[in-house]
Amino acid sequence: MKFPRKFAVPVAAGLALAFGMADAAKAETPKKGGVLNFVVGSKIPSYDGHIEGTFGMIHPIRPFYSTLIRVNPDNPSSPTDFVCDLCVGEVPKGEDGGTKYVFKIRDDVKFHDGTPLTADDIVATYKKIIFPPEGIASARKAFFKMVESVEKTGPNEVTFKLKFPSGSFIPSVAMPFNFVYAKKDLDEHGYTWHQKNVNGTGAFSFVQHQPGSFVEGKKYDGYHHKGKPHLDGFKAISAPKMALRLQAIRGDRAAIEFRGFPPKARDDLKKALGDKITVQESDWNCILLATPNQRRKPFDDPRVRQALSLALDRWGGSKYLSKIAIVKTPGGVVFPNHPLAATKEELQKLPGFGTDLKANREKAKKLLKEAGVENLKIQFNNRGVDQPYKVVGTWLIDQWKQIGVDAEQQVNPSPVFYDKLRKKFDFDVSIDFNCQSVVNPIADVTKFLGSAGNNYGGYKDEKLEAIYDKLLRAETEEEQRKIMREYETRALTQAHLIPTLWWYKINPHRSYVKGWKIAPSHYLNQHLDQVWIDK
Amino acid sequence: MVTTSEARVEAQFEELTDKKPIGAEVREFMRKQPLGTFGAAIVFVMVFAAIFADIIAPHDPVNNSYEHILQPYSAEYLLGTDQFGRDILSRIIYGARTALFVGFTAATIGAITGLVLGVASAYFGGRFDLIFQRIMDIFMAFPLIIMALAVVAIFGTGIQNVIIAITIPFIPRCARVVRSSALAIREIPYIDAARANGFSNSRIILRHMVPNVMAPFLIMITAFVGQAILLEASLSYLGLGVQEPTPAWGLMLQGGAEEYAESAPWVAIWPGVAVSLAVFGFNLFGDAVRDTLDPKLRSQ
Repeated sequence: MKFPRKFAVPVAAGLALAFGMADAAKAETPKKGGVLNFVVGSKIPSYDGHIEGTFGMIHPIRPFYSTLIRVNPDNPSSPTDFVCDLCVGEVPKGEDGGTKYVFKIRDDVKFHDGTPLTADDIVATYKKIIFPPEGIASARKAFFKMVESVEKTGPNEVTFKLKFPSGSFIPSVAMPFNFVYAKKDLDEHGYTWHQKNVNGTGAFSFVQHQPGSFVEGKKYDGYHHKGKPHLDGFKAISAPKMALRLQAIRGDRAAIEFRGFPPKARDDLKKALGDKITVQESDWNCILLATPNQRRKPFDDPRVRQALSLALDRWGGSKYLSKIAIVKTPGGVVFPNHPLAATKEELQKLPGFGTDLKANREKAKKLLKEAGVENLKIQFNNRGVDQPYKVVGTWLIDQWKQIGVDAEQQVNPSPVFYDKLRKKFDFDVSIDFNCQSVVNPIADVTKFLGSAGNNYGGYKDEKLEAIYDKLLRAETEEEQRKIMREYETRALTQAHLIPTLWWYKINPHRSYVKGWKIAPSHYLNQHLDQVWIDK
Repeated sequence: MVTTSEARVEAQFEELTDKKPIGAEVREFMRKQPLGTFGAAIVFVMVFAAIFADIIAPHDPVNNSYEHILQPYSAEYLLGTDQFGRDILSRIIYGARTALFVGFTAATIGAITGLVLGVASAYFGGRFDLIFQRIMDIFMAFPLIIMALAVVAIFGTGIQNVIIAITIPFIPRCARVVRSSALAIREIPYIDAARANGFSNSRIILRHMVPNVMAPFLIMITAFVGQAILLEASLSYLGLGVQEPTPAWGLMLQGGAEEYAESAPWVAIWPGVAVSLAVFGFNLFGDAVRDTLDPKLRSQ
């Protein structure tokens, strides 16, 4: 299976335009020096990229590490443009019918403790990620289901052998969570050592972490990308409250926040600081989904789930919610604008995406009546985070009210929310999210499979699983797209997960921050080696 | 037929009790307690708004109107609209219902439970009193908001849990005050007489002791209502109280204050004013009730 290359050039160009990259394209000579202060709105659960999935870890810790390959820092909006980080030359193409990838490893890289990087470190790292020993967690193991083996095949050579050709392999390798660790550290200290310790080959070396306060890094002089980093160091300041983060940028105590602000905050900053603020915007590979709990009645009835989806005014919601929240684009299961995503016409044929809202809601009421739950009351589990969870949650309750569904929102702090969603399954309908780093639709849509580790709906849909299996093995680009439509139609007709709106990333930052380009994910392009300060 | 002597006794009794008509009592209260009267007026307005919210609110408080998001003051929306296009005035009016419901329920349950426990502790004395008071000491060692936060963290969010969270810290506070009054009552001979008559402990506590500690109890309960409103607003502001789309003042502040304080200040200002006025009103009224009922202060 191959990525639809014929789409690559027009997509990259289209996304670049859509993401407003024109300003960023201006060539400027980077200035050396300075410390970048940025604010982070979440905590660091641990330093181990292999087990974590939060920007709270990525933003402060990613600059300490390198990855085998990465999204091109100069073109991060492209879903197909990958470049070597620890490998040499071009990102390898698949050999043997796309089942073998050979990476040549750089021989000029040293870890911050002075240990030289070798192919053994790459092998040890990917074995930890793909084939972790029992009892060792690996958050992205499922992304590498196609990998049969990873071996050292030369002094500076690593070979991945795949069970079958897969277009999602290279994007999976490029995920920013795949920090490369030293084999020596894994062997000497064990597989959990990196949760509390840092030793990477990134552009910055670890100085200190004051929990709840800040993480500090300083320039690593031995960094393998010569001439980089431009900064002397960085300070990632913890600021859980959005008001605090905004004020930090406004008062110039921080220059940037990498996750994203709502539109009103952007407008306030721009109004107050004028051209001292630069705004970068992008579609975001992140969507909130309403998850009906099919372990409970009546949510095991597809009519009830479909009614909940039909009630949503996605096109109107896009217009209004985009003024107050970090959501904007109506879309199906695939990241909008990607070649595998549904076109607007295709989307409007899916239940709940049609433009005749009145007809949709009449149908929803009829379905509820047929299911015998005209006056449905639901407990709606939501996460205690304003943007966009609580805003979208309040919108959902209003939308469901229009078809006579009375939803009681239970907003819980993140640990309680996750506990109810993932362990206790104590909800009727819960908000959930599908936020990925590298745009990799064939891997990203696994969220809709009942068998997926990150799906909490409590259902089995053999038909959907069979379609996905076909999708994984699709040989041609046209075939991938066709099967993806089949998959999407099945997933959204059954309404196992109910898509709301795709997120929209808005990053207002101090104009003196240069070199950082927005990506369609808040996880991407955070190694900071290309960032400089124009002061 | 009432005999002359009986009539004389009744007349003497009325003279001794000096019972005035309710209107005269109110007039005297207003004359002696102008600030308390002002507080009572605020409380009255709140209660009126809460009871008749369905009639006086110009809009549905939970109805999102996306065409009208963040609109400033206008004839249609007197106090403007919030980020979901909901009428702020209507949400404040309905918010009074939430505030009073939580305030009165938590204050009443907390104060009554504290009253019974405090009197029982004083009545039984000895080891029971000692252990019970140490337990109360533990509860009172935590500030109100911390205790309420801990309870919400255990039970979760939602209006019922908020009431529980606010009620629990009130119990020891009321029990401690009531106990001190009840200790004095316990030493009065009529309690011994009741015991000698073979009355049960519960009868002595509920029929003979509780009515005699009503003055401190009423003072506590009025103070508690104001505190409960403030606590509910605080918990909701912290995202741990009532949840959207329920109209509640703290929640309105939480949803709007941070993001729109600058561009749409009315979203934050009016719920803040409502909370401040309500607490101010109950505090003034509570102080006046205390001054009126407390014999020492009354004599001054």
